[in-house]
Amino acid sequence: MSAIVLKNVRPLGGANVDVLIDNGVIAAIGEDLPVDQAHIVDGKGAVLLPGFVDLHTHLREPGREDAETVETGTAAAARGGFTAVFAMANSTPVADSAAVVEQVWRLGREIGLCDVHPVGAVSVGLRGEQLAELGTMADSAARVRVFSDDGHCVSDALLMRRALEYVKAFDGVIAQHAQEPALTAGADMNEGEVSSQLGLRGWPRVAEESIIARDIMLAEYVDSRLHLCHVSTAGSVELVRQAKARGVKVTAEVTPHHLSLTDELARTYDPAFKVNPPLRTSADVEAVRAGLADGTLDVVGTDHAPHADQDKDCEWGCASFGMLGLQTALSVVVDAMVSTGALDWAGVADRMSIRPAQIGQLTDQGRPIEVGEPANLVLVDPAATWVVDPEELGSKSHNSPFAGHTLPAQVVLTLLRGKMTYSLQEKVAR
Amino acid sequence: MNTHMKAHLLSTTDLDREAALQILDTAEELARVSDMPIKKMPTLRGRTVVNLFFEDSTRTRISFEAAAKRLSADVINFSAKGSSVSKGESLKDTALTLAAMGADAVVIRHSMSGAPHRLAHADWMDAHVINAGDGTHEHPTQALLDAFTLRQHLGDHITASAEGSTGLDGLHVAIVGDVLHSRVARSNVHLLNTLGAKVTVVAPPTLMPLHTDNWPCEGSYSLDEVLPNVDAVMMLRVQHERMDGGFFPSAREYSQRYGLTVQRAATMPDHAIVMHPGPMNRGLEIESRVADSPRSVIVDQVRNGVSVRMAVLYLLLGGSESALGDGAA
Amino acid sequence: MTAVPARPADSFREVLDASDISRALTRIAHEIVERNKGCDHLVLLGIPSRGVPLARRIAAKLSEIDNSHVPVGSIDITMYRDDLRLKPARALAHTEVPPEGIDGRVVILVDDVLFSGRTIRAAMDAVSDLGRPQAIQLATLVDRGHRELPIRADYVGKNLPTAQSEAVHVKLTEIDEQDSVVLGVDAQ
Repeated sequence: MSAIVLKNVRPLGGANVDVLIDNGVIAAIGEDLPVDQAHIVDGKGAVLLPGFVDLHTHLREPGREDAETVETGTAAAARGGFTAVFAMANSTPVADSAAVVEQVWRLGREIGLCDVHPVGAVSVGLRGEQLAELGTMADSAARVRVFSDDGHCVSDALLMRRALEYVKAFDGVIAQHAQEPALTAGADMNEGEVSSQLGLRGWPRVAEESIIARDIMLAEYVDSRLHLCHVSTAGSVELVRQAKARGVKVTAEVTPHHLSLTDELARTYDPAFKVNPPLRTSADVEAVRAGLADGTLDVVGTDHAPHADQDKDCEWGCASFGMLGLQTALSVVVDAMVSTGALDWAGVADRMSIRPAQIGQLTDQGRPIEVGEPANLVLVDPAATWVVDPEELGSKSHNSPFAGHTLPAQVVLTLLRGKMTYSLQEKVAR
Repeated sequence: MNTHMKAHLLSTTDLDREAALQILDTAEELARVSDMPIKKMPTLRGRTVVNLFFEDSTRTRISFEAAAKRLSADVINFSAKGSSVSKGESLKDTALTLAAMGADAVVIRHSMSGAPHRLAHADWMDAHVINAGDGTHEHPTQALLDAFTLRQHLGDHITASAEGSTGLDGLHVAIVGDVLHSRVARSNVHLLNTLGAKVTVVAPPTLMPLHTDNWPCEGSYSLDEVLPNVDAVMMLRVQHERMDGGFFPSAREYSQRYGLTVQRAATMPDHAIVMHPGPMNRGLEIESRVADSPRSVIVDQVRNGVSVRMAVLYLLLGGSESALGDGAA
Repeated sequence: MTAVPARPADSFREVLDASDISRALTRIAHEIVERNKGCDHLVLLGIPSRGVPLARRIAAKLSEIDNSHVPVGSIDITMYRDDLRLKPARALAHTEVPPEGIDGRVVILVDDVLFSGRTIRAAMDAVSDLGRPQAIQLATLVDRGHRELPIRADYVGKNLPTAQSEAVHVKLTEIDEQDSVVLGVDAQ
């Protein structure tokens, strides 16, 4: 593998330097590094960050290869600046056994665009009845550490307690999709002023908050690690804040869309805006932004959820929940957090790379930009803007809620262990 | 004089006072057609109106059918019950089919809120869309016929307005029952308010929508407190699935607390009228003798439905395309 | 379309004044009595908007001449127009059939200006949906020519030669606070 020199780049938005990458690691950092025999990329002052890590991706393979495959999903990830993604377990078959998680893990390795870490199901078939073979998945080649029934809530308190306890043996974490099922039966969107006017079944915030409150208490009681997926309400943020103050081992994630969009968009009845948990109100958007800024919410997780056209090009009530996220995540975070001064570039690196890697127990991701560290890097042009065209995204599906939006900041280059997985300027060989 | 209607009728929130009055005034003229020996006008000759019903509603469908036929439109009834949610044809493919058949207007009834909105705005076809009831969202022509009926019966109690046409100014209308799931209530709250009436929605707390700060109406849990002060009471149908849904303990308790009994109706002012969008559950939300009493204008509501729907069809389809609001293209 | 230079409203010239209009209506009334050998079985139907007051005025003159009551009504022809799709949907005017009905009677349609004849064609369709009159006759205050259909008036107040580009405006006190007929070119 030939060496690469990144000229004129600003690690974490700091001073301009050159970065030499050789043998998959950062070989040198300094001014006017020698460029003999190296491939030169002129960063023109772009920001250099550790490659992003997404704790919450749906790759749809196996089962719904018409919506996304590991190949298209990781292509979208690379274009979005990600060097590792955690693939959720709700595939068909469900990733509740060593066989399925190893298959997904191997596909990711063979394709090589982005590390794929399968998330194991908490319960067999995501049915919420019986623990899946968590230990076997942990011991498998895929080394599963994050377990989630995402898409479904582990609503049974006893099953949740057992799961939290069981994963302590291999330092796993349970990622909860907090949604009290009885309170959300048939729910279509946030319960509030807009739902009452539109006549769409409401998904009340208390259905999220009551599970979060319960699970925080369970995690505290059994002294285990709890991760909360896609926190969407002001009340949830407050619950996490209080729990962290008490020292509970809880981490939480927020999606780009909950940082930027509100339930007012449901007025279009366009299923592009149908997602679970639903888009909330502007007060909730303010609260999750504040939570991400002060670290109450640890990470941005995309909840990248591709859906085939026919599952969105229909009535709101028939449509599937979910939105594309991988390729727009950085730009939306910049728009919501950096442009507003709530986060600096180091903060972006922390919430999109360092902390998610820690939560997911990855040792080679989310590392500092220092000599000797693995070259999992992303180069971002902070001044560029781009228009989201769903037809042009890496994903096989087109269900972006940001279609037509002009977004700030553009990924210029993504490196996975020193190898280009995406470049805005150059064609990348696989 | 230009019409004020937009290219579609999806929600009563789309209608300003002028547009709403234009529909009522037009309907009033068209009501005379039903008295004519030949109940037909050539106005929509050569136009095709499709009744696209994903949900059974014989009453609404025949009302639209009669309206379209009295205006000489060709009417195609497309009963698609059950085919959307199940494995049948998608709404999109149905729309493409209707577009290929040259539908000028599609009257749609659908169990899902917003389906008419999707049909109108999803680039699947360019026909005018009339919402004939969508899920728990709206049923605008029902509200229009209710407004028409209120104006017809309560003229003496309406405060005169400066404009040439009469609204519903000064009236107090109670809408009673399952407001949470009622498309009739949603459409009426907005339309009646637009026309100047005061609206009070009455429901048990479990059937009262939350977060209604932006609804132009008042709310009450007590029918008995509201009835002595109303000019009209609109009783909503209690759907059978709500009775099993735990929204209230039993049908008996519901009718004891929220049913319009003879005794309760007697507390209303003498001039006050009783309305119901039908079909009625006699003995549940309304006692049979109240439904058949002189106060009841339920049969007039049905009759007025045809005139109001004729007016809507004429104002949407009767003129040139270019004149029809911003949604026409 | 070529632009028409704007002209002030006073470029219209009056072709009939109040007394001319009154005399014309008197003459029409006399001709109606003569043609129908009295006023029995007549019904006057004015075409909104200005045909309606004209019909009432003619009925008043008929009762002076013949000392008889002639029923007056109005007939809106909007829904029968053949140019509906060329213009925005219009608000409807009032249709009011007198209690006597029109079956077996002589219906006299009354309009202010007879031009292409299309309005009258629509009015005849509208009348036939209301019933079956013995005959339909037509009275108009002004006949300005340029017929596009084989229609002629039975009673004409004033034959007015005009250019196609010109406009004739009838003003009546009931609606316009003055009686006058003017001819000119509408400012665009």
